[in-house]
Amino acid sequence: MKTIFKIIKDFPWFLWSGWGSIASIFLFLAFWDMGNQLYGDLILPSPKEVISTMITLFTQQDFIDNLLLTIKRGIMGFGVSLTIGTMMGLIAGYFTTASIMSRPIVTILVGIPPIAWIVLAMIWFGFGDMTVMFTVIIASFPIVFVGALQGSRTLEGDLKEMMDSFHISFWQKCKDLYFPHLFSYLFPSWVSALGMSWKIVIMAELLSANDGIGASLAIARSHLDTPTALALVTTMVGVLLFVEYIILEPIKKEVESWRD
Amino acid sequence: MERLEVSELNFYFGFTQILNNINFELNRGEVIGIVGPSGGGKTTLLKLCANLLDVTEGTIKNSFDSSAFAFQDARLLPWKTVIENIMLPIVSQESYKKAYNKACEIALRFGLEQKDFIKYPKDLSGGMRQRVNFARALITKPKLLFLDEPFSALDIGLKRELQDYVLSSCKEFNTSVLFITHDLMEAIRISDKVLLLKSDPGEIIKTYTIDQPKGQRDDKYIFTKTQEFLNDYDVIKTFEIKAIS
Repeated sequence: MKTIFKIIKDFPWFLWSGWGSIASIFLFLAFWDMGNQLYGDLILPSPKEVISTMITLFTQQDFIDNLLLTIKRGIMGFGVSLTIGTMMGLIAGYFTTASIMSRPIVTILVGIPPIAWIVLAMIWFGFGDMTVMFTVIIASFPIVFVGALQGSRTLEGDLKEMMDSFHISFWQKCKDLYFPHLFSYLFPSWVSALGMSWKIVIMAELLSANDGIGASLAIARSHLDTPTALALVTTMVGVLLFVEYIILEPIKKEVESWRD
Repeated sequence: MERLEVSELNFYFGFTQILNNINFELNRGEVIGIVGPSGGGKTTLLKLCANLLDVTEGTIKNSFDSSAFAFQDARLLPWKTVIENIMLPIVSQESYKKAYNKACEIALRFGLEQKDFIKYPKDLSGGMRQRVNFARALITKPKLLFLDEPFSALDIGLKRELQDYVLSSCKEFNTSVLFITHDLMEAIRISDKVLLLKSDPGEIIKTYTIDQPKGQRDDKYIFTKTQEFLNDYDVIKTFEIKAIS
């Protein structure tokens, strides 16, 4: 509770510290505009045109529906892999044999490109929700799993011994030792899995769904509608930036303030 | 009478014998120092006494109601501030406010400053960490205190300062202390009895009683006594001290 309050209290300062990032984003926009002047509107529409297309998109109900659908698929897939990955990772880390055995399996899972999973999922589940979510789950699962595995493998005997020497109860040990330690491994892995999920959900939709932002991107491509395609990409990046910098970064700053 | 009684204690790691036939007792208010070379099983003995390892052969009877352990490496929780670390042993037994006030009081006593209270261990120097370690061990006002070479990595000034804190709280609360060190001078300065533990396997080969009361041991006394120790055949043999030719 105290932590949540502190995150909210520090939020304005956090925003104020963002000027540097905003400046670099504007620098990026400047290069983009230069590209537009060199190659013309069809190849690379100007940022201004893309932003105005984006604004029109946001006034259309079916775009909003598609965006929400994509977000829903992403969150559901991510949620499933977060739950299963965390639980399995923690359990596997607890047993030495299980953690040694799971290593090569994780390498195999990471090694298979998501695009291959999409093909398989299309064969197994056909077009639609299930294929998209399956791909998201399978692609982000190893990231969460490895984070949880490392967290539970690195639980320190020394600190536990220290707590035992003070006859500290099991619940307090969970609260003050196990949870903070595991969380410090889990949280970064959740963040990178979320980023991964968002990219995968769009790719999967592009290839294997009739709706969602990915599908809209496919339609824009077939119409050679570069401004719409770029507007969609900008929206996707915007969502990611919003989640990462406005929601996750302040939390991360607060919960990891004890780190070097 | 509260006491710690160790008798006929043997201990093995696998097939290697670490401790062999250890016998001693520690009474209320007494300070016992265990000296011996590194790797001689001193830490194992201390952990056995503190019930952090299970006794397999022999007996350890501990009738003190409370004990605390200060480790050589401070073992602070990295995600907790100085004050939260100090109040760790008592926070579940007392109200947060009360535990917090107690922690502040003892932190100040151990030479920590108000501005350090909200720092995390990563921002502390080695000496400060050790102060926090001591404050955390003593916040429970333990009847028996185990110290595992806690002064070994400190500079001379800080070493003496912390030794004095320990001595004064022993006097104030009549705390018994069992501590290990490889520093003979340190042992002579603060203990009532010194046990000499040889290694491979760990065995107490001699017990020295230091008669001079702790308050009256000046530097001269400590130096003379240390010199006396260094001339002792058993000490020379145990530490494998080579004569200067």
